[in-house]
Amino acid sequence: MTQPIKQHLIDPEICIRCYTCEMTCPEQAIEHDDMNVVVDVDKCKFCMDCIPVCPTGSIDNWRIVAEPYSLEDQYAWTDLPAQEDVAGDDAGLEALDDAVAALLAEAHKGVGGKSRAPATAAKPTINLYTLGKPAEARVTGNFRLTAEGSDSDVRHIILDFGGQPFPVLEGQSIGIIPPGTDAEGKPHLPRLYSVSSPRDGERPNFNNLSLTVKREPHGVCSNFVCDLKPGDTVRVTGPFGATFLMPSDPNAHLLMICTGTGSAPFRAFTMRRQRENPKLKNSLTLVFGARRQQELPYFGPLGKVPESFMAKHFAFSRQDGEPKHYVQDKLRAEADRIGQLLLEPSTHIYVCGLKAMEQGVEEALKDIARARGVVWTELRDQMRDQGRFHVETY
Amino acid sequence: MLDLINVSYDTQIPNNVGLSQDKKVLKALEKWHPGYINWWNDLIPQNFQQSMVYLRTAVSVDPKGWAKFDYVKMPEYRWGVLLAPQVENRTIPCGEHYGQPAWQEVPGEYRNLLKRLIVIQGDTEPASVEQQRLLALTAPSLYDMRNLFQVNVEEGRHLWAMVYLLHKYFGRDGREEADDLLRRQSGSEEAPRMLGAFNEETPDWLSFFMFTYFTDRDGKMQLESLAQSGFDPLSRTCRFMLTEEAHHMFVGETGVGRTIERTCQVMKENGIDDPFDVDRIRGLGVIDLPLIQKKLNLHYTLSLDLFGQEVSTNAANAFNAGIKGRYMEARITDDHQLQSDTYVVWDLVDGKAVQKEVPALTAINMRLRDDYTKDAAGGVGRWNKIIEKHGIDFELKLPHEAFHRKIGVFANLPFDPEGKVVTGAEYDKGLPEWLPTHADGDYIQSLMKPCYEAGQYARWIAPPKVGIDNKPGDFEYVKLHMA
Repeated sequence: MTQPIKQHLIDPEICIRCYTCEMTCPEQAIEHDDMNVVVDVDKCKFCMDCIPVCPTGSIDNWRIVAEPYSLEDQYAWTDLPAQEDVAGDDAGLEALDDAVAALLAEAHKGVGGKSRAPATAAKPTINLYTLGKPAEARVTGNFRLTAEGSDSDVRHIILDFGGQPFPVLEGQSIGIIPPGTDAEGKPHLPRLYSVSSPRDGERPNFNNLSLTVKREPHGVCSNFVCDLKPGDTVRVTGPFGATFLMPSDPNAHLLMICTGTGSAPFRAFTMRRQRENPKLKNSLTLVFGARRQQELPYFGPLGKVPESFMAKHFAFSRQDGEPKHYVQDKLRAEADRIGQLLLEPSTHIYVCGLKAMEQGVEEALKDIARARGVVWTELRDQMRDQGRFHVETY
Repeated sequence: MLDLINVSYDTQIPNNVGLSQDKKVLKALEKWHPGYINWWNDLIPQNFQQSMVYLRTAVSVDPKGWAKFDYVKMPEYRWGVLLAPQVENRTIPCGEHYGQPAWQEVPGEYRNLLKRLIVIQGDTEPASVEQQRLLALTAPSLYDMRNLFQVNVEEGRHLWAMVYLLHKYFGRDGREEADDLLRRQSGSEEAPRMLGAFNEETPDWLSFFMFTYFTDRDGKMQLESLAQSGFDPLSRTCRFMLTEEAHHMFVGETGVGRTIERTCQVMKENGIDDPFDVDRIRGLGVIDLPLIQKKLNLHYTLSLDLFGQEVSTNAANAFNAGIKGRYMEARITDDHQLQSDTYVVWDLVDGKAVQKEVPALTAINMRLRDDYTKDAAGGVGRWNKIIEKHGIDFELKLPHEAFHRKIGVFANLPFDPEGKVVTGAEYDKGLPEWLPTHADGDYIQSLMKPCYEAGQYARWIAPPKVGIDNKPGDFEYVKLHMA
């Protein structure tokens, strides 16, 4: 069986046939007849030049297909066909870049099926910048988040995109291309980092974003990023990710479970909610694990988020003089509240951090559900299919 | 080094033409600037000028950089001078100089011809803003208001584009022409705009949508043919303007489409199958399809007049000189000189409309008009799809080119929309069925009530299918300043 492929398509119902995309396309992949403008799957290289120039948004459509739609198929359309279920497609359309798509598919595996975006999530832009045509960002800040004495070095990095549009949504990732070459002399491939700032920028209306990066021993990219100085430039691809997104519905309750730098997307979620709906009560629940308080990224700023806005539960596994606590222990300790949340149709659950946390969290949720007479795997599948259960672990 | 892709903000006027190193032109433009700002400020009501509008601004002429969205107060919009990147070794694409290197300076022999083309193009840009200046007061939604303002600021930028060419390449008389572009006023008695259609007011939103669909499409075709100019700076200017013009086409096509959608919805909801049951349909507060046909007839025929005479020596000269090409000249496979080709045009023989062959060189206008009609027909087909989807038996049509014309061989002759000659009496009797009457205008006017709540739409128009810049349905496209 052939592998499913990603295909770029134009929504004929929304397109107004201005042919700006056709004029812009460097590959001559776009053509038209009197009714429709269509994309030749054999020529389109996903360079994205046509995306921003479209006045209607009809250009920004993608399908995973077993057999690509031919030009004749597309010419005959009056509506864009819905995404069909395609055998062999477990990941959905998180990125057009195959290597990145594979990374995200691996990161989302813990969800137990095909991830879906929340019903009210904004439409993400993906893959605007590629390995061949990356964006260039300037570093405007690099701050250590963990205590000086700690052997864990987690950094808050701020990147400014200047005049280049770089639209990201909370929960999306970007790729950083480390300079230099690998052992075989080939240029390094980009590494993915979750954006930790909201869509309107680390500073509102500045074209910047932040990342939360932990220095890994011998990590080519993490060392490069953690050593960046203000004024340095980095090459960036992305944005990537189309499902690990927050709902736009302000009444949706977000249960966010993370460890370490898995907190990055949740910082973005929280800031977005605060900027949009600062007066909400009982809007978010955060369960956050780290070895010690000194190693928990954003511990200080988190303290300033009112408990009435976001319920916070910290689990420390190496705090001196304290018993070991992991996020699953906190979930169990809060079983009443968590159990109640599980049953509410407005609850969205997000798990982000190291792969190792998945099993413990899953077990805890299973037990909490069972106590309510619910089979977790069934509830999980239902929530996932409704875009309400998300896992991103690495 | 001169950066020709990214926009430089080191002068008051954002540009990618190295203005900071071109002191003479910069000085001339800075002198012109206050007059422009005054013109803008006097135009649109102040509370809208102080409102934050979610607008697209071009930050670079690279495809990725020309659609950056942000809230901005209109008087602070960064109007700039933006030219598409220079194509290396570009040659003159048509006419007697075909194949020679494109001109980077104005060729002396064509100076006046070029200046006139630029002035006429430039004159239409501020004219349309003037025609639309009061529409925000009756905007059917914040979404539509944003679209209106986007069209307005971009027309303003197009004026800048033409003024730059006048200042840079035409010396003192270029500067005088640039001043005159601000002196003429749409609909003014003593100094009207140059083209007839730009002196008509845009009294309501359906007219605005029809105008952006039909009349701005003439602008698009003119820009398309100027983008083929052998005078490279004009070509580059127009190529970049076309990317913006596409948004105007979008506003028109979807505006009319959404009006039709709403009418069909309301008809269905109330069990009305007959599109000619006008009184009942109007009683429900939506615009009946026959009236939409009448508006279409009016705006299409007014726009056809903008293409000038069917057979024109001026157009032939401009083509032959390589100043103005044909629509998609580069994709046409002929000699690009039209020395022995013919083209079929409409003519009047014994009082009847007939088609005949004339030398193609003299039929440049007609050819562009035919391309226009073909382009315009596409959207009409889409509108009919909406009607068809609702199962209503009605089809919108472009009227015959002989109908309701003021310019060309059919000017002021009694043709009906089918292209048949009728008697004066039949014409008078038919008119209320063919063109909007004053009563029709009054009815549309009665619907023009503002709807300023985010995510809400006036009753006569359906919401859009997709938001601007992927924004959700209740996005506040304009933060109104209502002091």
